[in-house]
Amino acid sequence: MSPHLILRIVSKLLIPLIVVFGFYVHFHGDFGPGGGFQAGVIIAVAVILYALIFGMDEARRAVPPIVVRYGAALGVLIFVGTGILTMFMNGAGEPLNFLDYDALHPDQSHHSGQHYGILLVELGVLCTVTSVMLAIFYAFAGRVPDIKDEDW
Amino acid sequence: MEMLASLLPAGVATHAPVLIVVVPLIAAALAAFMPKGVWAWGVAVATSVIVAVLAFGLLGQVGVHGVVSYEVGGWAPPHGIEIRLDSLNVPILLLLGVLGVLSLIYALPSVADEVSKKQQSLFYSAFLVCFSGLIGVTVAGDAFNVFVFLEISSIATYTIIAMGVGKDRRALTASYNYLVLGTIGATFFVIGVGFLYMATGTLNMADMAAVLEQQGHNRVTQAAFAFIVVGLGLKAAMFPLHVWLPNAYAFAPNFVTAFLASTATKVAFYALVRFVFSIFHPDVAFVSMSFTWLFAVVGVIAMMVASVQAVFQTDARRLLAYSSVAQVGYMMLGLGMGTAAGLSAGLLHLMNHALMKGALFMALGAFALNFGVRQVKDLAGLGKTMPASAMAFTVAGLSLVGVPLTVGFTSKWYLVSAALDRGWWWAVAALMISSLLALAYVARLLAAIWMENPPSHHGEVAQRRLAPWMMVVPMVTLAAANVYFFFHADPLVGLARAAAEAVMGGR
Repeated sequence: MSPHLILRIVSKLLIPLIVVFGFYVHFHGDFGPGGGFQAGVIIAVAVILYALIFGMDEARRAVPPIVVRYGAALGVLIFVGTGILTMFMNGAGEPLNFLDYDALHPDQSHHSGQHYGILLVELGVLCTVTSVMLAIFYAFAGRVPDIKDEDW
Repeated sequence: MEMLASLLPAGVATHAPVLIVVVPLIAAALAAFMPKGVWAWGVAVATSVIVAVLAFGLLGQVGVHGVVSYEVGGWAPPHGIEIRLDSLNVPILLLLGVLGVLSLIYALPSVADEVSKKQQSLFYSAFLVCFSGLIGVTVAGDAFNVFVFLEISSIATYTIIAMGVGKDRRALTASYNYLVLGTIGATFFVIGVGFLYMATGTLNMADMAAVLEQQGHNRVTQAAFAFIVVGLGLKAAMFPLHVWLPNAYAFAPNFVTAFLASTATKVAFYALVRFVFSIFHPDVAFVSMSFTWLFAVVGVIAMMVASVQAVFQTDARRLLAYSSVAQVGYMMLGLGMGTAAGLSAGLLHLMNHALMKGALFMALGAFALNFGVRQVKDLAGLGKTMPASAMAFTVAGLSLVGVPLTVGFTSKWYLVSAALDRGWWWAVAALMISSLLALAYVARLLAAIWMENPPSHHGEVAQRRLAPWMMVVPMVTLAAANVYFFFHADPLVGLARAAAEAVMGGR
């Protein structure tokens, strides 16, 4: 029987909810307060909570450092890729400039392209922010030996 | 110019102003994916070549159209983000592109020696972020994006300077010092931009200039001017805000020093010129007063004090770093003259200094790679053991002094004649004295290299050991450019003159 039963059970319940809330903040970002950065921090916090309760090794198994590194780079690629995409897609029927989201959707009257564009860019931000938060956490938490159970 | 303008295919040419920033940024992400350092290096070299080609294409476009403007996201300036190229920033782009290619070719053996295998691809990734940021500062058409890109480049710079830790742990404190001071500088700059935004209601630099001209100046814009000059002065290592520079250059990996010494302070100097001349008008009383009593004075003090400090350094790279501070003084003096001739002389010296310092730091990197040389006294006998690198070092060193047949002479000549036009005899005297001091510290280096014998270890004299060709080719190219542009001064002088006229409007 492992110690800290309440902490473990409660955090197991909470972690999926935190992640869902993170995505809610992300998709809410273009209507109101919120967005990729905040969502990324919230999702990273879910992993950090997991690491605090179950230990660094478990966390590293769940989200390996190599994934964190690639995730950070992938986010930048999504971010910049959205801008590049608008140079090639001619949703409006004419070549558009870098980051002109109107190219992403033909519905010009409602500017749906702007809507998709900001979501995509924020997705890139989310990806990078989550990864970088975790990278910083891993770097600092990995420096000292894990706290033994008796020292709690 | 027409030929350069048609260098790029039509589709690329339209988007070239933004691609030149975006390509290094994408490449930075790609480099981080690379499992091996060599592959990341390949990505970086390819990127720098693309950037150089785009820069030449843009030079042609600016030559044909005068000003090239790009609306990011299709939002028209002054409300949208504008990328704006004119004769002032295109030469800086060219400098970044060309020195990027040369220093990256040089980088492979040097970085393999200094940065651990595991970190190499991330190192190149951070370098590309820095590269992208420097280009962004150069092309941005609105003041806030100048700040954003300045921070992007600075944060990446702190990282790559700290990577010198493999050879010397003092790289960490050097980088931390730079981080603290650099952040203060960036904060001052953004406070200044905030004041300007408050006074003018716009962030677009061209629009800001128009509004300021119409409504005149007040205390808020004066405060903005002061904050911006201090902020950018810190980044450009303007005396007495240069204290971060010597250690940062002395302990960074050699490739980083070679690249930063020839580009980073230059970009900050460009931004300073952009703000002081384009946004604030040189005819405004407090601006023209700052030329005479601030820029010219700190320029002259830097030329003297930093040169004297350089003479007494024992670490070879610190010596050259102090010399860089002195050279920034020359540029500040040129700026401080407040005339088109002075500014163009300053900008000419900016380009020439990049050629000299690039070659000098590259040669020092080669010495460090083969013999672990860091101190001036350890340079003994390198003329015999590494003749090619020593030759390149000598030519660039003489250029730094301003010996005829090298570009150093050309830019000092233009500075002197601009000072004489202005009637500033004391500035001419300062230039002469500073050149003599430069002779003193360069002579120390050259005397050690050529006059002394190679050191012997347990009775065995050090043998000739040439640097890898990838290091020799870029530094010899730069050294040759130092001589070539003395005989064919027109391209660089023309660029500098066009740049000065673009902001001064022929005044």
